Amino acid sequence: MSLLVAEGVTKKFAGITALDSVSLDVGEHELVGLIGPNGAGKTTFFNCLLGLLRPDAGTVTFAGSDLTRVPVHRRARLGIGRTFQRIELFVGMTPREHFVVAARARAGRGGLVADLLGRGRVTREEHDRAQEMLELLGLGPVADKKVEGLSLGIGRLVEVGRALMTEPRLLLLDEPSSGLDRAETAVLAETLRSVQRERGTAILLVEHDVDLVRSLVGRVFVLDFGVLIASGRTEDVFADAAVRRAYLGDLV
Amino acid sequence: MEELVSAVIRGFPQGCVYALVAVGFVLTYKTSGVFNLAFGAQAFVSAALYWRLHTDPEGWQWPIVPAAFVSVVIAAPLLGFVLDRALYRHLRTASPVAKLVTSLGLLVALPEIAKIVLDMPPQAYGTEGIVPDGRVVYRFGDYALNRDDIVTIVVVILAVAVLSALFRFTALGLRMRAVVESPRMTELAGVNADRVGSISWMLSSFFAGVAGVLLAPLFPYLGADQYFQLVVTAVAAAVLAGLSSLPVALVGGLALSVVSQVMVTYPPQDSFVRQVLGPALPFVVLFGVLVFMPSLQRRREATDPLAGVDPPPPALAADERSRALTIGTYVFGAVVGLGFFWWVLTVANSYWLARFTEAVIYAVIFCSITVITGMTGQVSLCQPAFAAIGAFTTAQLVTRYDMSVLAAMVIGALLAALTGGLLSIPALRLGGIFLALATLAFALFFERVLVKEEWVGGGASLMDVPRPTIGPWDFGDDRAFFVLCTVVLVVVGTLVIFVRGGTTGRYLDALRGSEVAAAAIGINPARLRITAFALSAAIAGVGGGLIAMFSERFGQANYDARFSVFFGLVWTVIVVSIGSRTVEGAIQAGAAFILFPLVILQRFLPWLLNLVLPWHVESLPTGLTFILFGLGAITYAKHPEGSVEFGKRRSLNAVQRWIDRLGRGSVDTPPDTVEPAVSLPTGSER
Ligand SMILES: Nc1ncnc2c1ncn2[C@@H]1O[C@H](COP(=O)(O)OP(=O)(O)O)[C@@H](O)[C@H]1O
Ligand SMILES: [Mg+2]
Repeated sequence: MSLLVAEGVTKKFAGITALDSVSLDVGEHELVGLIGPNGAGKTTFFNCLLGLLRPDAGTVTFAGSDLTRVPVHRRARLGIGRTFQRIELFVGMTPREHFVVAARARAGRGGLVADLLGRGRVTREEHDRAQEMLELLGLGPVADKKVEGLSLGIGRLVEVGRALMTEPRLLLLDEPSSGLDRAETAVLAETLRSVQRERGTAILLVEHDVDLVRSLVGRVFVLDFGVLIASGRTEDVFADAAVRRAYLGDLV
Repeated sequence: MEELVSAVIRGFPQGCVYALVAVGFVLTYKTSGVFNLAFGAQAFVSAALYWRLHTDPEGWQWPIVPAAFVSVVIAAPLLGFVLDRALYRHLRTASPVAKLVTSLGLLVALPEIAKIVLDMPPQAYGTEGIVPDGRVVYRFGDYALNRDDIVTIVVVILAVAVLSALFRFTALGLRMRAVVESPRMTELAGVNADRVGSISWMLSSFFAGVAGVLLAPLFPYLGADQYFQLVVTAVAAAVLAGLSSLPVALVGGLALSVVSQVMVTYPPQDSFVRQVLGPALPFVVLFGVLVFMPSLQRRREATDPLAGVDPPPPALAADERSRALTIGTYVFGAVVGLGFFWWVLTVANSYWLARFTEAVIYAVIFCSITVITGMTGQVSLCQPAFAAIGAFTTAQLVTRYDMSVLAAMVIGALLAALTGGLLSIPALRLGGIFLALATLAFALFFERVLVKEEWVGGGASLMDVPRPTIGPWDFGDDRAFFVLCTVVLVVVGTLVIFVRGGTTGRYLDALRGSEVAAAAIGINPARLRITAFALSAAIAGVGGGLIAMFSERFGQANYDARFSVFFGLVWTVIVVSIGSRTVEGAIQAGAAFILFPLVILQRFLPWLLNLVLPWHVESLPTGLTFILFGLGAITYAKHPEGSVEFGKRRSLNAVQRWIDRLGRGSVDTPPDTVEPAVSLPTGSER
C-alpha cells in the first residue's frame, strides 16, 4: 500500500491554474522524484501536501488517513518531514540545538508545567540522538556554531538532519541541491541514499538537477505548467519524447 | 434629530484633529515603512519650540510668522533629516518590530531632550496655536466653530489633496513607495534610496510639525503625553485606512469622532453604549480592525524580498570566556546582590528600604517582559494592564471577601493569565507590529473604560490591602516585606530560567527563528504563543499584587502613577535597552527604573561633576533617565540582546583576553565577533 497518495490535486491562483488535477503516490521506503521546469508548480504541489496551501480540489492521504483538514504541525507529528527550497533555519541556534529541539518535538512530551517544575532540560537521550545525527551528517566540527555563520551547503544538511530527527516516515525535499556546488551535492546525495537504505525513510525529491534525480530515484513524476505529463520508472520517463521536449530540451 | 445633527457637528472639529494625525501617521508609514509611534513626540518638539519662541510670556515673544517658520518649516524637517541619517537609514531592512522598538525609544527620549534643550517648565501653560486669535468663535445658526477648528479642517483637506497628488502623479511619490517596498530593488533600478529616504522623513516630520503647532490650543498645557494620547486615538483611523490610503485615513478620523460623539449624546444616560462604547470607540475599532480585517492579516509584514543580500546582523559577541571567569562573574553578581540585600536589611533607612522594595517588585514585573519580548520576540504594550489586573484583583478579593492576601495575589495572577491568553487568541494571526498595536488597544481600553468600572478599579475610595502572614511569619514589617518580595523575585526568576531552558523556551527560540520550519517539525505556533502570553501576563499579575501590598492602600487613584499606558512603553524601552533576554537584565531594569534617577542622576553624577566642574551642580534632570534608556532601545535592531548586555559581554570578553595574555604572555587576540563566512538567506518563502 502506498504511504502517500495525492489524487486530483488542483490549485488556482487568481487566473492561473498552478496545479491541474495532479495525482502522485509514494510507497513505503520508496525514493521518488518530482521534476519540472521552473514555475511548473512543484513548490505549490509541495505546499498542498504539507497543508501550507489548501488545494481547491483533490485529496491527500497519508498512511491511509485523509489529511485535508489536518493543520501543518499535526502533519509533522503524523510522520511527514520536510526541507525548504529557500532555507529556513532557526536563526540564532546551533545545529546541535536544531536537532535537540526537533527530537523534543518528535517526542511531543513536555510543556509549560514540566518546565516550571524544572523538568524541561535537555535529556541524555536527546543529547545522544543529536550527537548521532551530527556524526551521520558529518556536522561535528560546526555542531556548536550559530547557523547564521554557516555555508549554504551545511545549512541544507542541517535542514535534512532536523527533519530526520523527527523520524519521519516520509521526507519531502524541495530542491535540496539548489545553491550547492558539486561536492556538496554529492554529500547530500550520499546522505539521502543512506538514510533511505538504513532507516527505511520514504523520500519525495523535488528537483531540477536532472543528474541527481537520475542517480537517486527509482520512479519519477514530471510536471509541466501544472499538468502531470509523465510518470513511471526513471529510465522510461527520461526516454519519453514529451518529457525531453518539455523539460530536458531546454536544459540538457 | 436636531440632537443628532448637533452631535455630528460637535464631532467634526475633533474628527479633523484625529484625521490630521492619522494622515500624518499613514504618511510616515507609507514613505518610511516605520510604524512611527514617535509621531506625537516629533509633533511635540515643534510645538515646544514654537511655545518657546512665541507663546511663553517670559520667552522671546517672536511674532507668529517667524516663530512658526522656524519651528515648522526649518526645525521639523531638520529633525526628520537627522532621524533618517542617524537611525532609520540603517534600519531600512530591519524587521518591523525592530523599527517599532526604535520608535518607542524615540517616543520616550525625544520630548525629554526637547524639554532640556529648550529649558521647558514641567507644564507649559498658556498654549496658543499659529492661528491669530484662534479661539475666536464663528456661529452658523446654532452651531459654532472657532478659527483653530476651521484652519485645521482646511489644512487636513489640503494636505490629503496635495499628498495624494504627490503619490499618484509624481516620480518622487512613486520612488518613496518603492523604497519602502524594497530599498535594494529600488537601488538596482538606479534610484538613490538614501536620498529618497531623507526626503520622506523630512516630509513626514514637517507634517508632524504642522500637526504639533496646529493642535497645541486643544490642550490645557503643552505636554508630550497629550500628543501621545492623540496619536494612539488616531492610530485607529490610520489602521482603518490599511496604513496606506490618505483619503480613507481622513474619512476614518472624521467618522470615528462623529460616531463617538453621537454615541455619547444620543442613547439614554446610563446605557452601555453611552457610558462605555462611545468613549472607547477608537480602541474598540482599532482592536476590531486588527483582528478582523482580512487584508491586514494577509499582508502581515512585508519584508524586502532582497533583504537576504544585506549582511546579517552582527553575531553576538562570541562567548570566549573561560569557566573560571564565568564562575567569577556569578560570584561577583551574588556578592553584589547579597551585599545590597544585607545593606537594605540592616542599614538602610525607611526611605531607601521602600525604594529597594519597589525595585525588587518592578524586577518581578519586568520578568514578564523577558518572557514576551526576550523569549518570543514580540512586543506587548499592555504589561501594565496585566499588572493592574493583579493589583486590583488582590485588593478587591481582600476587601470584599476577606481572602488571604497571598491567595488573592495568586488568583489575580491567574486572572491576568486568563486575560492574556484570551487576548492573544484573536491577536495570534497578527505578528509583530500588529500584535503590539492590539495590545496597545487593549491597554487603552483598560485605562479609559475598565479601570473606571467599580468592579475593576474599586470605585473612588482606596481599598485596604494588608501585608501577608504565612504561618508564624508576619510580613507586616517593611523589612520582612522586602524579604518576601525578594523571595518572590528569586522564585519567579528561577521559573523563567527553567522555562527558557525547557521545552517552551526552546520551541519559542525555534519559532522566532522560523515559524514555518517550527511548524514543520510539529510545533504548534498558536498554542505556544498563547502559553507565552499567559505566562507573561501571570508574572506581571504577581508583580501587580505585590505593588498593591506594598502600597497598603490601593485603588483607582493609584492607577495613573503605577500602570498607565505610557508605562507600557517605558517598561519595554528600559528592559529592551538593558537586556530582554536574561533574568539578570530584568533585575537590572527594575533597579534602573526606580534607582537610576535617585542614585545616579541626583547623587552620583552631580558628585562626579562637582569634582571637575568649576560651578556647582545640584542634580541632573530626571528626564535623562528616559533619554538614556530611550537611546539604548534605539539600538535594538543592532543589539537585540540589549545595549547594556552587549557592553557587558564586550567588557567581559576584554577581561578574558587580558587574563589570557597575562597567563600566556603573548598578544594574539581572538577576534571579538565572529564574521559569518557565507550568509544564509533567511527569507520566508514557503
Ligand atoms: N502565492 C502565489 N500567488 C500567485 N501565484 C503563485 C503563487 N505561488 C506560486 N504561484 C504561481 O504558480 C506557478 C507555480 O509556481 P511554483 O510552484 O513555485 O513552481 P516551481 O516550484 O515548480 O518552480 C508559477 O506560475 C507561480 O508564479
Ligand atoms: Mg519551487
